[in-house]
Parts: sequence; structure tokens; C-alpha cells
Amino acid sequence: MTEAAKPVSRPASRRGVGRRTSITAVKPRTSASSAAQKRPVYLVDGARTPFIRARGKPGPFTPVDLAVQCGRPLLARQPMAPEDFDLVILGCVNVIADEMNPARVAALRLGMGEAMRAFTVQINCGSGMQSIDTGFRLIEGGEAELILAGGSEALSHAPLVLSRKAAGWFGQFATARTAWERAASLGGFRPEMIKPVIGLERGLTDPLTDLSMGQTAEIIGHAFGITREQADAYALESHQRLARAQNEGHLKGEVIASVTPDGRLYDHDDGVRPDTSMDKLAKLKPAFEKPHGRVTPGNSSQITDGASWVILASEEAVEKYGLQPMARIVDSEWAALDPSVMGLGPTLCCTALMKRRGLVRDDIDLWEINEAFSAQVLACLAAWEDEEYCSEILGLDAPFGALDRERLNVDGGAISLGHPVGASGNRIVLHLANAMRRLGHKQGMATECIGGGQGGAMLLEVV
Amino acid sequence: MEVSGRIWQVLERRNMELGPEGEPTRALTHWRYTSDDEGIVWLLLDRAGESANSISEEVLDELHTVLDDLRNLSVRGLVIRSAKKSGFAAGADLRDFRGIADAGEVEKRMRRAHEIVDRLANLAMPTVAVIHGYCLGAGFELALACRHRIAVRGASFGFPEVLLGLHPGLGGTFRLTSLIDPVEAMTMMLTGRSAHTAKAKALGIVDDVVEERHVANAVRAAIDRKLRRGGGGLKAGVLALGPARRMAASRMRTEAEKSAPKKHYPAPYRLIDLWEEHGGDARAMQKAEIRSFSQLLVSQTAQNLIRVFFLREQLKGLGKGRSGISRVHVIGAGTMGGDIAAWCAARGLSVTLTDLDPKALALAVGRASAFYAKRLHSSLDKRDALDRLMPDFEGVGVEKADLVIEAVAEKAEVKRRVYEAVVPRMKPDAILATNTSSIPLEVLREGLPFPGRFLGLHFFNPVTRMELVEIVSHEGVADDTLMRARAFCGDISRLPLPVRSAPGFLVNRALTPYLVEAFTLFDEGIPKEEIDRAARDFGMPMGPIELADRIGLDICLEVARMLKERLSDPMPDIPPWLVQKVESGATGRKAGRGLYAYDEKGRPRKEEVKVSEGAEAPRADPEMTDRLILPMLNILVRLLRENIVEDPEQADAAMIFGTGFAPFRGGPLHYARSRGIDNIVSRLRELEKRHGARFAPDEGWEGLKSSDHVPVATLP
Repeated sequence: MTEAAKPVSRPASRRGVGRRTSITAVKPRTSASSAAQKRPVYLVDGARTPFIRARGKPGPFTPVDLAVQCGRPLLARQPMAPEDFDLVILGCVNVIADEMNPARVAALRLGMGEAMRAFTVQINCGSGMQSIDTGFRLIEGGEAELILAGGSEALSHAPLVLSRKAAGWFGQFATARTAWERAASLGGFRPEMIKPVIGLERGLTDPLTDLSMGQTAEIIGHAFGITREQADAYALESHQRLARAQNEGHLKGEVIASVTPDGRLYDHDDGVRPDTSMDKLAKLKPAFEKPHGRVTPGNSSQITDGASWVILASEEAVEKYGLQPMARIVDSEWAALDPSVMGLGPTLCCTALMKRRGLVRDDIDLWEINEAFSAQVLACLAAWEDEEYCSEILGLDAPFGALDRERLNVDGGAISLGHPVGASGNRIVLHLANAMRRLGHKQGMATECIGGGQGGAMLLEVV
Repeated sequence: MEVSGRIWQVLERRNMELGPEGEPTRALTHWRYTSDDEGIVWLLLDRAGESANSISEEVLDELHTVLDDLRNLSVRGLVIRSAKKSGFAAGADLRDFRGIADAGEVEKRMRRAHEIVDRLANLAMPTVAVIHGYCLGAGFELALACRHRIAVRGASFGFPEVLLGLHPGLGGTFRLTSLIDPVEAMTMMLTGRSAHTAKAKALGIVDDVVEERHVANAVRAAIDRKLRRGGGGLKAGVLALGPARRMAASRMRTEAEKSAPKKHYPAPYRLIDLWEEHGGDARAMQKAEIRSFSQLLVSQTAQNLIRVFFLREQLKGLGKGRSGISRVHVIGAGTMGGDIAAWCAARGLSVTLTDLDPKALALAVGRASAFYAKRLHSSLDKRDALDRLMPDFEGVGVEKADLVIEAVAEKAEVKRRVYEAVVPRMKPDAILATNTSSIPLEVLREGLPFPGRFLGLHFFNPVTRMELVEIVSHEGVADDTLMRARAFCGDISRLPLPVRSAPGFLVNRALTPYLVEAFTLFDEGIPKEEIDRAARDFGMPMGPIELADRIGLDICLEVARMLKERLSDPMPDIPPWLVQKVESGATGRKAGRGLYAYDEKGRPRKEEVKVSEGAEAPRADPEMTDRLILPMLNILVRLLRENIVEDPEQADAAMIFGTGFAPFRGGPLHYARSRGIDNIVSRLRELEKRHGARFAPDEGWEGLKSSDHVPVATLP
């Protein structure tokens, strides 16, 4: 495990972030640990299910079903046998009662043999990346050669997240998918249709501050002056980018179709709305802080089901099985901060990681920042350009600077394809590797904010 | 879920409770017993030289000896169970029943057997049958003679006698009808269907269901009389009255007529009579059972069905050995490919199913899961089977497969293109099989780098029901490949039939003249319903027109054309309307319309059923029946002569298990022999005169007459 950056509390300060807020400062890792002994770790392959939008009732797959749907073809295309792995690690937040330790259930259902060790990790939206990081460190430290690391989430199955009211709302919301625009153009959603999003908040509400995740996005959006229009424009682009990636086949090999037991085919991320527009987005009412808020269902990540796996291998395993690495996992970093501004997590862990490795902004060719909310992503970008934030919080001499939007979430993100919380961290790492290879880039960063006030980042290098 | 179970492989031996360890008190050939310190005798059935128990005369004689011994021991209770892993007992040893012709002799033997079982039933001490696995027929009857039955989870109980043209004969008819609800008991005996553990408990067949690890405690409880017996309940009381029984019996007769017409299958009706007359009076029923059983056993029907049983055993025997096949890659997710994949996954193999069309893959998975829901015992089994069946969108499964089965369109170029793509990616010892029904393997073999590992695996539609698989060889195939392919059939509970590559192989080639003759009759203006009825009257499960619809008129047409092109088999001309029907898309049941019309679920539409199954219709013209059936026999004789198939037994087995040829007739060639070769030949000549050269008797008939081949049922 990584040694997390030690948070240093600061008194609440600055620009109306609210009285509860206390941003933690970044302290670079001092442990100049025995880098000489660390072994290279490769990401050799990965696959995910299409992300399937929740449609008002439990979706066709449980978390383990999802993990099996994409794990099976992924393992089938490897030269090694499923039994050759040392360990399975799966991130999953909402574990269902029938599938305790879903990692182990999935490993067995994937035919990896009774002797396959497997454990499940849970760090909310970071779970799917935590599984990679744990595997990465074990291989790096010489404790394993070949690890299957994934993330899976069936939010439509999560009774804790969907209250009864919410289920009803989603039922309507879903059946209105084709009628959605009609409903929106007829004057937007009725309040009772939006209420269940608040029901959702029970699962997506921070227990300490009682703030919903959407509210935390409102807080930092406000602090960095993100407008509703900016948030909507970002959301629009997310949909357009995903639609383009789908049409141009950029997700081939990464997304493998899933088939339900009753023979239905899911072959693409079905939350995408290529025909949405600023007008349509503008008609949506704020979901978390009515009536003035900037965060709407349209510029938030979608509630979806999905799973993603990557295969991690040591140099030895790569040679033994003749694998072709996609990328090397260079480093990772985690950070923790006040839960009420959890959305800024990426700025902390990315900056810390880059400082440690002596990297500057332009050394990173491609970025994946998980799109929990438009306002949250935009707040992170703004924070990196904010002189005070960069110096006071990140300890930088000069602002980190602006990220080139052409190098950020190039094929869309959670706003267009959804955010199955346990899977997303895994997906962004996998997609980063794929996108860098396609675009001919060398170095990339995948990062996410984590409900409860944390952030995770992973640095990849194409090999 | 695939678990290698390494630890359990070691521990499993410790699991089974067989009573006190150490030297048995007495060991006979098939039985041994040991007395424990509490005075409980554990009597184990462990037939010498057999992997499963069956009840033979010798087994019963030895039981007699054991029962004699018990009189001289101080015994508090008797436990009977099987020492075989496979189960309690599969039923009577049919080898005792083969070729028997004298009903009086059978009756004598049965009476003696009943005396022994009655002695067991009349013991004063508590008797407990502990049952795991299969408990069928005579084995079930032995268990019924015990006071208690304790089932180990997984046990199943049944009377399959009716499938052999018999009914239970060792006391089952009166013991089961008096133990449980007689209507349920009769249903079990009339259908031959087994009751799985939970059902057996619910019916009251067993008093207790336990895990293996609790058998000793459960036995002790039973012997200490702490176990309450299940019982027949209220209904049994009512049905002890004659009028109620008469009503129930008449309902049973109507039901039986639907699947087993009386004129072909007398056993169910004899059983119903037996119960109607004597139900509630055990002694009278026992007497009547012995008499009726003895008469049935010597009947043609039973002897032929017993022959069929052994034909199946013969083919099963060909499927022994190690296939080395655990991963199967199926190319083509049409009906055949999809169903082959689904079946293999249900039988425990890892399967990848690939197709260019993702929707076809999804549909195949949907069909598989509907089948699993119907046929697999638990939702866990269903989940595991579905987990083993992977829709392979990228076609990657080929690289790890031990067996690749190609089931794409019946076009040589298409198949060759598939081979070109697939062959370089296959493992060095993997087998490539084609499911072609019409393309000669010699054509497909061309250009393959390893013809030795290429062969035909010809499944029949519907795969989940037709047991036969033709193992098609060609000159270049390696013996090892053929052996592995046969063993693969054994692995997936299918019956392998080795055939030489020749157009249509065996089954289709013999079936096609039958179908085309039916088309010709139809052309002559005979209603299709009448043609079908003639075949059903003969004993076919369905008529030729219905069958053609089921197979698909397009496939029939393709096979018929191919046979006409490549062979000199005399066959009527293919009617032009068949071509038109296929061209217009009316390809049979799968299209919703062919010669009959079908509803969405593939059932013939109501009005059609009425016509084709009307019971009041006049009996079929015997000439029509011969016109349909005899060409099939004629071709089979030719195939034997040409060594396409090894012997008449295998030919008979192929037609029964591949097409459902009237089983009670013992197979087409057996039927020919029973009717008389001379009779058949002269009949063919008559038909030849009247209808043309296609009926000319094959020159092989003479050889069949003198034949070295002894029908299986009379083998020693």
C-alpha cells in the first residue's frame, strides 16, 4: 500500500468555501524508499462491460455477473490459463447480500480455480483504482507476478442507494428516455421526479458532513466560480466525445458486449445522448440545491451498472507467457481532504505524485479525470490555475497551469457513460492506456475524486 | 462453477457411511454385511465386476441366504445400502430378460423373486434402506420392501420399466400405490419419470432426507423408532374405493394414449387395468402383477425395446475412453451451433460460441438459458452452465479449444474460409470438426494442414433431444482423432455412431427417400395429414411431412439435391413446389410455415392438429406405409453393403436415436427381419412394378438374410 500523504489541517479560509471546509495541504512523500528494488509492473490487457444505465428496476446483472461478463472474454483472449493468476482484487462499493466478497465469487465463476485468492476493496469512487494500486504494489514488491484487478458496481441493485421513491423516479425517468426530451421541453421535471435523486443521496451522502456529493460539487463550483453554463457546456462535450469514440470504434476491444440470460445484447454505453444540446441541458432543474444551484442531472455523472478489469503482470510474467504490455504503471498516489470539498481530491494527489517524480504539467500527455460532476472537474482545473490555491494548498511556487482540454477525457467520461462507482477508477486507467496508445502519447495520468474526501491518481507510461 | 476439488478428492473417501469398518461378518459375491456393537446389521450391495448395481437373480438368491443368516443372529435392525458410488441400484439386470419367450417360465422365476422380497418386507425388526444416487426399477422395489427409506440428498427414484414395454414386476405396483398417493404412484410408473430427492420426500417415498455425513445418526433414529413414516394420506383412502379408481383409471388411459398408443405400447394399459381391478388389495395385485409382467416380458414390444436398450449400451460403449476435451469452440450460432454449444456447457464443458452477428450470439444464449431453466435442477446449475457458455464476440476461444466445431452455412466456400482463418490459431493437438450434413468431408478436407485431426461430428436437430451423433471419418483421419471424438460424445451423454464419409452419411441418406416419397404421395393428391398418420400408425413419433417441416424444408431440399447429384440412389424427383416453398421463405417450423402452419411457439396451429391427429380417421393404407418405410430399409441395406456403417445393429440404433424410428419395432432392419426378408423383397418388387425403379430391391438383401449378424437381443 502506498503511504498516504499526511494531511495537515488548516483553518478554514478563503473565498466562501464554507465554514466546514478545511483543505489539506500536500506534503510530498519523504520515504525515498528503496526504489532500486522495485520491479516494473505492466498493464497487459483489460476489458469492461458496456456501462448500462439504471432504468428504474434492478438491471440485468449483479456486480459479479458484470465482472463475469467482461472477465470471461478478457481471460479467454490471454495466452495463459485462468488458473495462472496469483490473485484477484475487485473494487465494489455496494456489495449485494448474495455475493459477499464479490472478488472471490467472480474468480470462481470465471473458472480461475478453487485455489485462487481473491479479496474485495472498497474506497468508494476509488475502489476500481485501489484494486489496481494494491496489485501494482504487490507485484512491484515481488509478492506476485500476475494479478487480475477490477471494479464492479450494479447501482441499480443497490437498495441503499435507491430509496423506494427513487426507484419510482428512475422508472419514469427511464421509460421517458425517448420521451425525455419531450418531458424536458414541456417545462422540465416536476419536483417529485427530482426528489428521488435526494433519495440517492443517502448512499451518496457524506456521513460526517451530511452533504450529498452533488452539494460538494456545488461548494467547490462556487468557490472557483464555475457557472451553470460552463458546467452544461462541459457535459455536452462529454456526450459528444463519447458518441464520437463509439462511432469511430475507439472503444473496440475495451468494451465487450454483455448478454443477459434471456438473450438481450448490451453492446454500448447506453447513457450517451449524442443529440443533447445546450438548450436541452439548460431546461433541467438543479438536482441538489434548488432552485439556484448549478448541478443538474444533465451535468452530473449517471447512475449506471458496469464492470472493468485489467491484467497486471511482472516482467517475468510478461516473458513467461509472451504478453504484450500496453503500459507500465509508473506510480500512484492517494490523498485525503475535507469531505465537503472532496471534489478537489485530484489536485492534491496528482500534484503530490508529480512533485515526487519531478514532473511538470506538460510532461503529462493525456489526462483522465473522472467526471463525478461537471462543476467538480472544472473546479479542479480552475484550482490548478488559481495562484492562491496552488501556493497555499499545493505548495507550488507558481500555478500549476491550465490543462489542454484536448488532452483531457478525450473520449468522454462519467457524465456521458455513467459512473458505476466501484468500476470507474478501473475504467479510467484502462481507457487512459488505450487512448494513449491510439493517439501516440507517452505519459498519462488517471485520477478521481473520492466520496468521503479522498483522491487517487495513477501515472502510466506507454511501452 | 469449475472447481478442481483437489482437497475433496482426498477427503471424499471418508464421506460415505458404510457401517462398521473392518472385516465384514460375511461376504458373498454381491452382498456383504457387518454387525455393529449396537446389533445393527449393515448389509451392502456391491455387485462383483460391475460399476453400478443391478438386481439379478443371483443378487436375490444371495439376499435369501443373508435373510437366513439373520435368523441366527441377534439383530436389532437391518440397514441396506449400496457400496457403489453411482447409486443404490439401476434396476433389474436386463441380461436376465433377454431373448425370453416362455411366459410360464418367467412367471415361475418371478414368483420365487417375490418370495425373497416378501421375506425382507415381513421381517419383524426395523429395516432401513439408505439410498444415494439412482434408485430405479427393481432396486426401488427392494427399497420399497424396507420399512424406512432414508435418502441422501441427490437420490432419485423411478420406475423406467414402461420405457421397456413393461411395468414394475417385483412388487412395485402394489407397494408404491399403497405407500403414497396412488395417482402419483401410477403417474410415476406410467411415465417412467424419476422423482428427485425433494419430490420423493414430498410424495412420501422417503421418510427422511439427510446429507451423507448424517446417515449413521439417521439410521439409528429410524431403528430406535424415532423416525415417523410418511404416508399416502386421505386420497389413498378414497381411491381404495372401486368407483373412484375407475374414474381415475379412465383419465389415465386418455392421458397415456397421447404419448403411447395402445396398439404399439400395451404396458401402460395393463398397468392401469391392474390397479383398477386390484388397487387396495395387495395380495391380489401382487398375483396379477406377476402374471401381467411375465406376459409383457415375452412380448415383441418388450423384447424389441430391451433390444433398443442394449443398442444404446452398445453405442455408449463406443463413447468410453478419454477425449482430452474440456474446452470447445463452436463457430456459427444458428440453431445447430447454438444448441450444440448450449448442450456441451450443460454437460460441464467450457464453451466459446462465436458468430459474426452479435445478435445471433445473444439469441443463442437466450435459447440456452430457456433450456437450462427447464432441464437443470437448480438455479446454481443454471448459472454455472451459463457461465461456462461464453458468447465469443472476438472469436478468441479457438486458441484454447481442444475441439473446434464448425456449424456455419452449408456452403463449401464459406466453410473453407472459416477453416483458413481458424486453423492457424488452433492448438497443435486440437480437433477440427464440421457439423455438415451434406458436404463430403473429402471436399472440405482439401488444403487442411492436418487432415488427420479433421472429421465430421454430425448432430441432429433438436440437439438437446436427439441422442445420436454421427462420427464421420474419411481416408485421412487419424484413429486417435476418431477415438477422442467418440469419447467426447460419451462425455456429453450423446451416442456416437461411426460412419464413413459418403453423401448424407447414414441417417440423412436413409431418411431422404422417406421424406421425398412423402412429397411424392402429397403430389399424388393424398392429404399431408393422411401421409403423416400412416407413418404414425406405423409407430413413428411424427409423420414425414411434419418431420420435414421440423428439419427445415431448405435443408431437406439441399440434402435431397446433393444426394441426387452425387449418388445413384434411386429416388423420386424433387417436386418443383418444394423449391418454390423454400424460395418464398416457407422453410418449415422455424419460419412459422412450411407444409403446415405454426404458431409463435413452433406448435402446429390448432386447426392443423385437429386434422392430423384425429383419432376417428380411417386406418392408413398399408401400401402407403410400405411406400414410405421400405425405401428407407432398402437404402440401409445398401449402406451396409457399402460399409458406410459397420453392422445392422448400428444402423438400427442410428435410425432410432437419430430419427426416432419406431423404437418398439427394434429398428428398421430388425423390423425387416421380423417381417421376413423375402416378404420385404417381394413387396419391393411389386412397388417397383407399380411406381418405378426407385423401389428396386438392393442386392444386399440376400446377404442380410444369411447374415452373420445376430440380433443383439438374443446375444448371450
